[in-house]
Amino acid sequence: MPSVDQPQPIAADELPAVLVDGVSKHFSLPADRVQTLKERALHPIRSRERNSFTALDDVAFHVEKGEFFGLVGRNGSGKSTLLKCIAGIYSADSGEIYHDGTLTSFIELGVGFNPELPAFDNVLLNATLLGLDTEAARSSFEEVMDFAELWEFENLKLKNYSSGMYVRLAFSVMLQVDADILLIDEVLAVGDAAFQQKCFDQFNRMRDEGKTIVFVTHGMDAVRRFCDRAVLLDRGRVVAIGDAEEISERYLELNFVAPDSDAMTFDSAVGKATLSDCWVADSSGQRVDSLNQGERLAVHAEVTFEQPVTDPWVDIQFRDENDRLLMVSSTQPNAYGPGPAPSGDFATGETAHYVAEFDCIFAAGHYSVSISSGPDASYSRYFRRTDAVSVDVEGSAVSGATVVLPTDWHVEKAVPTANAGEPQ
Amino acid sequence: MIGAAKEMSRPVARDLGREEYSELAVRMPVRVVGPRAMSGDFRRFLTLTWMLAYLEFKLKFFGSVLGYAWQLMKPLMMFAVLYFVFTEVIRIGGGVPYYPVVLLSGIVLFGFFSESTVGAITSVVEREGLIRKISFPIVSVPISTVTSVFLTLMLNYLVVLSFALASGVTPTWRWVQIGPLLVLLYIAAASASLALSSLYVRFRDVKPIWEVIAQVLFYATPVIYTIEFVQEKSATLAQVMMCNPLATILQQMRHSAIDPASPSAVDALGGWLYLAIPMGIVVLMALFGFFSMRRLAPNLAEEL
Repeated sequence: MPSVDQPQPIAADELPAVLVDGVSKHFSLPADRVQTLKERALHPIRSRERNSFTALDDVAFHVEKGEFFGLVGRNGSGKSTLLKCIAGIYSADSGEIYHDGTLTSFIELGVGFNPELPAFDNVLLNATLLGLDTEAARSSFEEVMDFAELWEFENLKLKNYSSGMYVRLAFSVMLQVDADILLIDEVLAVGDAAFQQKCFDQFNRMRDEGKTIVFVTHGMDAVRRFCDRAVLLDRGRVVAIGDAEEISERYLELNFVAPDSDAMTFDSAVGKATLSDCWVADSSGQRVDSLNQGERLAVHAEVTFEQPVTDPWVDIQFRDENDRLLMVSSTQPNAYGPGPAPSGDFATGETAHYVAEFDCIFAAGHYSVSISSGPDASYSRYFRRTDAVSVDVEGSAVSGATVVLPTDWHVEKAVPTANAGEPQ
Repeated sequence: MIGAAKEMSRPVARDLGREEYSELAVRMPVRVVGPRAMSGDFRRFLTLTWMLAYLEFKLKFFGSVLGYAWQLMKPLMMFAVLYFVFTEVIRIGGGVPYYPVVLLSGIVLFGFFSESTVGAITSVVEREGLIRKISFPIVSVPISTVTSVFLTLMLNYLVVLSFALASGVTPTWRWVQIGPLLVLLYIAAASASLALSSLYVRFRDVKPIWEVIAQVLFYATPVIYTIEFVQEKSATLAQVMMCNPLATILQQMRHSAIDPASPSAVDALGGWLYLAIPMGIVVLMALFGFFSMRRLAPNLAEEL
């Protein structure tokens, strides 16, 4: 009997869950779109020129049964198009896609939801669209409402639901789907950190039940935490296929090399150093991806230098989910406030380990950390990694404020002074 | 904790090359063919069509306080106006037996055809949210719109039949034809809807054009006048008009449900053989509709 810790070898004759064999997809948009019969009749010979661009180019990979598989890439890399091709929503121009087992796609939560109808009808329609038969959809209703904890709003039309209730309902329906292969787009982009956690817990449960999950994301955090393997796409091509760690590293490299749109114009990457590792640690020094609000937070960055440098600087930036810049800190003295002592000299191949520590006063939420580095007293830089690492701050009270500052309150009865109450 | 979620033992993926993919591909049970007019099996098509139709019907029914009353109000109001005009002002209906029943029946039947087809034209474009987010048979979309209007027709026709009984119409064995005739009308409306809704994706002026055509059809179909009225003027013209499938269905309905003394569709057409023309038109529309859907389906999600 194989021990549970042992990787189970897959029999050579076993079929993969999903097989994508050389899929290409072009989108062609008419240069001058004819929208009416009238135009067509008036300009019968107008050129029907079309602009075409390649969304997927000879993509091939396979997903083993029971895998949690990631499709990763930047915006516009073709990952969502690929998912839609596997789901049968788009047709591939060439190449073949096969699967073994029933397959359902979750491109969006609550597909087909009608705001004018109450929960029951919406659950019925949504579940049917996701592939349940009428009987199963009907009998799933009770479980959906139990899980969503929405019984008291059973007769309310959906338009009167809060967005949180809406998402809970949609997600609960999704859990009723009994398919062997689940294709999941970034439906988790909605909701707060707690909800996302709940989603992933459920996905893990599904996977433990032996289901195969194909998951589209650009969050390397999720890839590292949940995916067994992933494929990295860039401009429609497969850059790498491999285990989650490897792919997330490649993704970060890719983001570094590619000219990113938010790069400031005055700095050019001079490429004498790379970010070899970075992570967030809690007060005990453990690598974490979430910690409690108010705890001590440390960002660790390891920078490897490719040539001798003196006093390089490192910046960290915290951004919230809305991409608002919340905090910047730098090793450069006087850059954004008092800095530490100069870094010192590093030889080729040497690695500097930077730690930036502070009390996490950010309110509960998801934060991404960008790290950049450059030569001393210069705006040029070695690299800039947006979303190098991210951290979930957990807290119970949601105030809507961005930060929670430890505040000392003093209350005392005001002693009336002699002139109190007199008109000023 | 990093990695906590992955503690369970996982299978190790094989390292497969493209040659092995080709070998495996032959044995894979399901090949993804992309969106089709009838994606999925037939049962899924039926389930989804029914679900969409039922909910659309329910929205109309329960959407307003008076619900069904409003649904019935439209043909009744139209009936009241036309009845007044054509019995009091222009005396077309004067000598026609059971004219009020014939008129109401015609209005309800034609009303179904125009309402369902006009409603279905935009249906595919309006259901864009579904089509781009999930794989399902797009044929369901126009068919479900027609089906939901058909549910109203069935209720409305019960009202027509009650009205007929109240007006002194005697039920005969011919009433068994009512069901099949309604189904035939449904098939005609569904066929037209398939064609129209797929054309609308590319050509947005299909809607106003069809609305005009529907108006013309209303007057070209014996609804407010009778086919005998046309026969008196020109027997040939009457024959040509009867080639319109709607005229055939409405006339046969009048013959079998209301007034057996009026000519049956076959008599009005001039023989069984001629019945092939209106039926052929329905079949052609159905084929055209289905093939235009089939042609549209593979790239629909990206064109919307």
